[in-house]
Amino acid sequence: MVWRKLAVPSILGNLADPLLYMLGLGYGLGQFLGEVQGVPYLTFLAAGTLAYSVMNSASFETLYSAFSRMHVQKTWDAILNTPLTLADVLLGELAWATSKSVLSGLAILLVIWGLGLYADFGLTLWLLAVVVLTGFAFSGVGLAVNALAPNYDFFMYYFTLFITPMVLLSGVFYPTEALPGWLQTAAQVLPLTHAIALARPLVLGEWPAQAVLHVAALLVCGLAGFYAALVLTRRRLLR
Amino acid sequence: MSLHQVTKRYAGQAVVDGLTLALEPGRCHGLLGPNGAGKTTTLRLALGLIVPDAGDIRLLGRPVPREAAAARQRVGVVPQADSLDPDFSVRENLIAYGRYFGLGRREIEARIPALLEFAGLTARAQARVPTLSGGMRRRLALARALVNDPELIILDEPTTGLDPQARHLVWQGLRRLIQQGKTLLLTTHFMEEAERLCDTISIIDHGRIIAAGSPRELIRRHIEPHVVEVYGEGAADWASHARRLCRRCEQAGETLFCYTDDARPLTDALDRRAGVRYLHRPANLEDVFLKLTGRDLRE
Ligand SMILES: Nc1ncnc2c1ncn2[C@@H]1O[C@H](COP(=O)(O)OP(=O)(O)O)[C@@H](O)[C@H]1O
Ligand SMILES: [Mg+2]
Repeated sequence: MVWRKLAVPSILGNLADPLLYMLGLGYGLGQFLGEVQGVPYLTFLAAGTLAYSVMNSASFETLYSAFSRMHVQKTWDAILNTPLTLADVLLGELAWATSKSVLSGLAILLVIWGLGLYADFGLTLWLLAVVVLTGFAFSGVGLAVNALAPNYDFFMYYFTLFITPMVLLSGVFYPTEALPGWLQTAAQVLPLTHAIALARPLVLGEWPAQAVLHVAALLVCGLAGFYAALVLTRRRLLR
Repeated sequence: MSLHQVTKRYAGQAVVDGLTLALEPGRCHGLLGPNGAGKTTTLRLALGLIVPDAGDIRLLGRPVPREAAAARQRVGVVPQADSLDPDFSVRENLIAYGRYFGLGRREIEARIPALLEFAGLTARAQARVPTLSGGMRRRLALARALVNDPELIILDEPTTGLDPQARHLVWQGLRRLIQQGKTLLLTTHFMEEAERLCDTISIIDHGRIIAAGSPRELIRRHIEPHVVEVYGEGAADWASHARRLCRRCEQAGETLFCYTDDARPLTDALDRRAGVRYLHRPANLEDVFLKLTGRDLRE
């Protein structure tokens, strides 16, 4: 499938935001906070920013961009008139959103490498896998949300009611241990928590605890999301 | 392509209602109907994009929707909305679309010059879609539908919203396809379009076919050969008089439509009368259409 890559401008757009957060908060707050979990705040923030950026990019792509291809530009309708089916179209969107989110993850990773924000370079190579997995998980979920959305406004709810709380709860900016117990429990079901649970130890030079669990959680998220998207979109478009 | 006793319901309402339709290869078929008659739904059923509640559908010999994807390999579609990719150039739109049929890039590129020539877009090959006029977009959508060298081409209202010049250009393209021996199925609510292009026409309303045949047959079978249109303030007053001189008489606003086998008595009477103007013309498909589907406005 050839969603041609109009990547550069949008990657820059997607990237500027998390990067500004990371460097701004990292250097700014870092002055006051000193060390978090035994490392400079900027280093602590790096893994969170990585996951956050991948999530954002995957979500934008599967929500706003996919919705416009589905409803406004009617690209999906055009493709469905060919031998391709809705499953092909959704698979294409999934692959496209995942690859685009991987690109934005890669950009953050380059910054992490460039600034030397890691303990063990070898371990940071595993971050590539985490990036792909995270992109896949949020692309799947995003497509399911897209299938439910009556209009663009719906995505605002997704972002304010799901994405933003998740960013606050899942340990992007501070360790989840800082939260009250019940919120920590709640955080355990959020996909971003699992992405960060994998990414942060890798940045800090350790092998993640319960890696299999976190990997499985992200896989399930992506697969379940994609399956839901398939069922819901079929119901929506092919009746 | 054939549909046999096909029914499709939305919310209990039959949008396509026991519709039977068979296309002869190498001919141009028109599906004529007012807005909301079920034309687009019929096409979507035939393409296997939606599942019928009852009936059998075949597309290029294959059962639909079961083998619809394989059948679509040899079908070209010009949808009601252009659905071109606005981020791509004319050329790229053709390449991307060809890829959906599993064609190789080389193969598509070899076909592009002929497609561009067909669409009259050779000079605009690198232009982006938003810079094209409505007529150019329509022609690009038509060229795109030919990228897989289809046997059957399905067009949903191919000239709606185009100005007369652009419409004639599209018609020229369609005529070339008919000459090449392609099978065409087009929906339209322009009678002139159907009359000029189609070998056979099915008039559809409320999801049912209410008349079918060649344009001439339809006119011969359903309507009197002569029409006298009477205009002017006196037209309404004259109606009762007219009814005695013609077979059928309809009033639409200020105009009186008189249908008759012999227009002579009418025109003679009208010549003697002051304050009215009239037009004597042969009956056409539009008269048939209006007779069969009524003059009420459809939204
Ligand atoms: N997916 C759908 N859900 C509900 N109603 C529909 C759907 N698609 C079409 N309809 C209804 O079916 C009728 C026929 O539509 P359509 O086939 O598009 O008509 P036409 O193309 O002849 O103008 C319309 O009244 C339309 O509102
Ligand atoms: Mg229609």
